[in-house]
Amino acid sequence: MRKKSLIYSLLFQGGILLLLFILQFILPTYHHSSVSKIMVLASYAVAYNFLLGYTGLMSLGHAMFFAAGMYAAGLGIYYLELSALGALLFGAAFTLVISLLFGLFALRTSGVSFLIVTLMFGQTFYLSILYFNEFTFGQDGFSLAKHLGKLVIFNKEYLYSNPDVRYNFALILLTAYLLISTLIMFSPVGRILIAIRENESRTQLLGYNVYYYKLFALVLSGTFSGIAGAMHALLFTYVGTTFAEIHHSISPILWTLLGGAGTVIGPLFGTGIMYYLVDIISGITSNYQLVVGAVLILMIIWFPMGIMGTLRQKWMKWLP
Amino acid sequence: MSSWINENGPLLFLALLDGTVTAFVLALIALGLSLVFGVMRIVNIAHGEFFMLGAVFSWFAFDLTDDPLWGFLLALVLAPALVGGIAVFSDRFILRKIKYHPESTIVATIGLLYVIQSLTLIVFGPEARAVEAPLYFRIQFPWFGYSGYKLIVAGMSALGLLGVWLLMIRSKLGLYMRATQQDLEIAKTYGVPTKKIYAAVFALGGGLAALAGVLVVPIRQADHLMGLEPLLLSFIVVIIGGLGSIRGTIVAAFIIGISDGIISVFYEPTLAKMLATLFVAMVLVLKPSGLYGEEVA
Amino acid sequence: MVKKDLEKVDQASELNLSRRNVLGAGALVAGAGIIGSQMIDPIAGIAHAAGSDAPIKIGFQAHRTGIGALYGRWYERTTNAAVKHINSIGGIAGRPVEIITEDDGTDPKRGADVVEKLATQHKVDFVFGTLFSHVVMGSAPRAGELKIPYFVVSEGYHVASGALNRYVFQPCITDVRAQISAVSGWMFNNLGKNVTIIYPDYAFGYNHRDYASAAAEKHGGKIVAKIAIPPTESSYTRYFVKIPKNTDVIYHVMVGPGVLTFVRELGEHFGPNHPQLFGFIDSLEGVNISSPGLDFLDGSHFWEAMPRYASAADSAGSRFYRNAVGVDNSGASKSDSKDIAAYSHMFGCWETLFAIKEAVEQSGYKSKKDYATLIETMEGFTGFNEGIAHPQGAKAFSGKTHQCYGQQFVSKVGNGKLNVVHKTSIADGMYEPETDYTKQSL
Repeated sequence: MRKKSLIYSLLFQGGILLLLFILQFILPTYHHSSVSKIMVLASYAVAYNFLLGYTGLMSLGHAMFFAAGMYAAGLGIYYLELSALGALLFGAAFTLVISLLFGLFALRTSGVSFLIVTLMFGQTFYLSILYFNEFTFGQDGFSLAKHLGKLVIFNKEYLYSNPDVRYNFALILLTAYLLISTLIMFSPVGRILIAIRENESRTQLLGYNVYYYKLFALVLSGTFSGIAGAMHALLFTYVGTTFAEIHHSISPILWTLLGGAGTVIGPLFGTGIMYYLVDIISGITSNYQLVVGAVLILMIIWFPMGIMGTLRQKWMKWLP
Repeated sequence: MSSWINENGPLLFLALLDGTVTAFVLALIALGLSLVFGVMRIVNIAHGEFFMLGAVFSWFAFDLTDDPLWGFLLALVLAPALVGGIAVFSDRFILRKIKYHPESTIVATIGLLYVIQSLTLIVFGPEARAVEAPLYFRIQFPWFGYSGYKLIVAGMSALGLLGVWLLMIRSKLGLYMRATQQDLEIAKTYGVPTKKIYAAVFALGGGLAALAGVLVVPIRQADHLMGLEPLLLSFIVVIIGGLGSIRGTIVAAFIIGISDGIISVFYEPTLAKMLATLFVAMVLVLKPSGLYGEEVA
Repeated sequence: MVKKDLEKVDQASELNLSRRNVLGAGALVAGAGIIGSQMIDPIAGIAHAAGSDAPIKIGFQAHRTGIGALYGRWYERTTNAAVKHINSIGGIAGRPVEIITEDDGTDPKRGADVVEKLATQHKVDFVFGTLFSHVVMGSAPRAGELKIPYFVVSEGYHVASGALNRYVFQPCITDVRAQISAVSGWMFNNLGKNVTIIYPDYAFGYNHRDYASAAAEKHGGKIVAKIAIPPTESSYTRYFVKIPKNTDVIYHVMVGPGVLTFVRELGEHFGPNHPQLFGFIDSLEGVNISSPGLDFLDGSHFWEAMPRYASAADSAGSRFYRNAVGVDNSGASKSDSKDIAAYSHMFGCWETLFAIKEAVEQSGYKSKKDYATLIETMEGFTGFNEGIAHPQGAKAFSGKTHQCYGQQFVSKVGNGKLNVVHKTSIADGMYEPETDYTKQSL
């Protein structure tokens, strides 16, 4: 049963990724670029979902991880003249350290306290970027366009911001995240994480060290958010505090819940729908925040399991 | 030592004075958040927006009456009532529907925050609008002057705090609230109308924030983005004070108000805010019940 | 067709930026423009209908929501007024102008998306109008990648510092470095030598801190204290005790909603015996000078880029502009006297559209394939004349830095209004260019 379910879900996700791959040859310029951005942001949401969806811990400070990866990569390129790959690895390593340190402290709390602790740590990180502005360029942020080298594929040079490079790198990132997410869910570790979400004390009684499993989920979630941030810096060449603000911590909650927390593919749908919703609404009224707020409220009342969560419950029982 | 006092005495005095005023207002806002948490076990992210609405309604009252004193009195009555109404409405049609589930409530109140902010932007506009103080005078100290109205604000906030305290220990509502806070199920069995109590507490929490908004608006202005800062500060206060504890909230408000004043004067203000948030996170981590108050979980 | 000839006069006098020429020609054009726009309207209408060219589409990146919303509203009004006028005089190169507006929420990440959307979905010819500097920083790389000319109205030093790219221009609003250099000289020489500077604790504030300090050295002044205030602060009293006793002048610049509080608390703190005050009008854009609690500002001085209150000294172009954007003689909206304009910034939108018009017409720009010629043409500009197209005044323009330099004003608060007491020359604000965008490839 589990094997069949794994095959089904890999086929399902493979289909969606294949569709995304084909789309790049069809989409008009604007949507081509939008989908690239959605895929990077969706990767962030998938990473967020590691924590919320599978361990039930809701964080209100994930922008810290995203921004940590982004700033480490960006400042690494700016000051240390790292290569793009070097910057990505540096971003990943830095976020790994940050999320490990953070997890050691924050995981002593749970529920609402965890939420507020993450909010506070996130806010501290944001303020520290402002405080060390001489080094981080403060609120203005900085552009990497001039500092980023070119990418060489088969002896041809490309800019990282080249639309095709951007689209396919984003797709690779998303593919990797979905694959890793699925495999973990079908692994013993994934089972235990879900057990923690469903009943923490019972899992503890069964002899599992819940703390370490939670720490694993948090570090994985944090580091992957950081890599998404580093990738964002490389592909979109701007690093700024807007990515460390509380709004950027709220976004993945919205995307994940809308798509369906605890489903692997849900965050992608949530991100895509929200992105286009804001895009379309902002063309009609400048008050798209009103719509975002209304969606949040209506969703949590009528649709608490999100799109994929509801689908899973009703029809697609095999969906991871 | 004495030369240090000569040099820094005025600074210290001002930090204490300013810190005290901040502390009283902060206590009023944070008390609303704390009551809601204590009785309903939920965190209201839109709490700062209730504060903002208080300030905005106050401007409308001022604009309507065109008189600082009458406008202020009108706002003092009307703003908490209107905001309380909005809170009751939100409780009935949002929070009750999601059964006060802690995480869902956070998402729903984030939604509420966006909705309130956007609607205010549409109706009130993007600018900061000034409201004249009902009573205005300047107090001259040997080293500097200070706004007399600020002291009035502190005094009225203290009255507000006292009022809530009396309500809690003297009235039937207070009794019910305390009963619900201690044990929801037992309270229900004893016939406490918990649904009504929840609505009343949410309204009271919102009303206190709005009252603070009315009091503060003459010393700053009303604008649609002013809610976030007091929200974060109230979180800090409520956490340090222990979620749900009145005494803790007031003590914590003084700790935060005065230490923020002193650190900002003697060191860097951004650093002060950084340290405060980090400190709060560490308090929660190391002593989850806060400095005062009972165990939360 | 008289109008066409006048345009030529306007362009011809461009070559020579001598002051008298500039003012003379400006007044002539302005006067004729007023008559022209009233008389030739129907003819111009027929002219561009007959030209039957597709409209020139200009994407407007507006701060409709977020912290920039107050400025954004006036930027939008000014832009619409400018387009109305440009279309009434025959459009740009005979083609009507169409503005497509998108809100960026004053957020850099949304800003980049907006540039993208305007360029690739609405397929605009140019993007223009951004104000807040972090939004410019976030959006400009995208404009460079898309290779679309991006005209900002931000007054930030980011363009001239070389931080951006060759597609970004700031042709019609002086950057903050030049503003500070120009007026702080006057401050040191007229108000006092010992200056305490109070500034917001972020990029815009650091420009003030650094360039005012540089100006102090040049003019024999001294910065006795530098006090940074976080932009989120809502109470300021405790910062004022840090102002040293020997301060002659408090140089203050604040942005955001806290400014009224700031000024009032300054008044409460000092009472009647206070140092001189020299402020930047950024603090009070959109705020009525006679608001409750601002009486403390009486007798203090402000920098203005364009005088908010009309006076007899205003040029004909300036008067025409004021009327066209719907602002009365005291700087408020004609339809709502409580709605105060962002008068020292919004002229940049008006003027930038005329600069675009001039660049398009001189370069013979037809479509996106002519971007290179257009950019090179604009880089060849040396300045703009005062007139209806440039009501704030004449400007010098540097092709290397993509930045313009204009005159600045110092105004004194009195009788509940701002009265101009000094006008700087363009040269007062100029500095050695630190970058050369023309060396970048297109």
